[in-house]
Amino acid sequence: MGQNSRPFPQKQVMDLDRQRELNALRPDLLRFARLQLRDAGAAEDAVQETLLAALTGSHRFESRSSYKTWLISILRNKIIDTIRSQSREVSASSLAADETGDDLLNDSLFDRRGHWQDSARPGRWADPEASFEQQQFWKVFEACLDHLPAKTARVFMMREFLGFETDEICKEAGISTSNCWVVLHRARLGLRTCLETNWFAGEGA
Amino acid sequence: MLSCQKATELMSQEQDRPLTLRERLGLRLHVLICAGCNNYRRQMGILRAACRRFGGGDTP
Repeated sequence: MGQNSRPFPQKQVMDLDRQRELNALRPDLLRFARLQLRDAGAAEDAVQETLLAALTGSHRFESRSSYKTWLISILRNKIIDTIRSQSREVSASSLAADETGDDLLNDSLFDRRGHWQDSARPGRWADPEASFEQQQFWKVFEACLDHLPAKTARVFMMREFLGFETDEICKEAGISTSNCWVVLHRARLGLRTCLETNWFAGEGA
Repeated sequence: MLSCQKATELMSQEQDRPLTLRERLGLRLHVLICAGCNNYRRQMGILRAACRRFGGGDTP
């Protein structure tokens, strides 16, 4: 490593820059935390702790994007801590409440024999990598995540953003493994439907 | 023969657990003849890739 042996003046300049970058990235961090915790206070706490950890760390970064990646990785751990400390908050009963919307979605997508409705048949998503490079795509992506029922979204993000295995999600959420798969399926179905409607269909795919 | 609805459930679950041989064969057969589900399966992969980028802070 050796960054601690750098001459003092240079280190100070870098810290000033980091402060500015932190301010610029703060809204992104806050949105990321809010999406997953759905609790403004808890999200604010997680971001504060992240900023504190970031300011006391001594890593060096070449670009804003690598700095952001690093900050997000700290934030992810803070979010995991928060979720663990409020374990079982995602109760089976509140997940059941999410199911009403689920039935509506299923009815709009599938006919009685379980085949795609003509209007809902999934299309081909052209060039996803090109979409990933556009800020507008990520705005739609966030809006679609935000649109999922709260508890469903939480289970989904624990799986896909925080890297929990399903066994552990079930334990934290107090639900059975098969219920966990149902919830994850519901989240993916809702998310891809939202993305298709609000992004990929409009691209003329 | 799997319904599309059932196939979408399996296409989600294959992201979370290894499917049984019977499930794998049923799904493979289904996506061969169902363009909608074939697209859906690709979308599951794209969704996971998107989540990986978003969850890693690797977005523009």
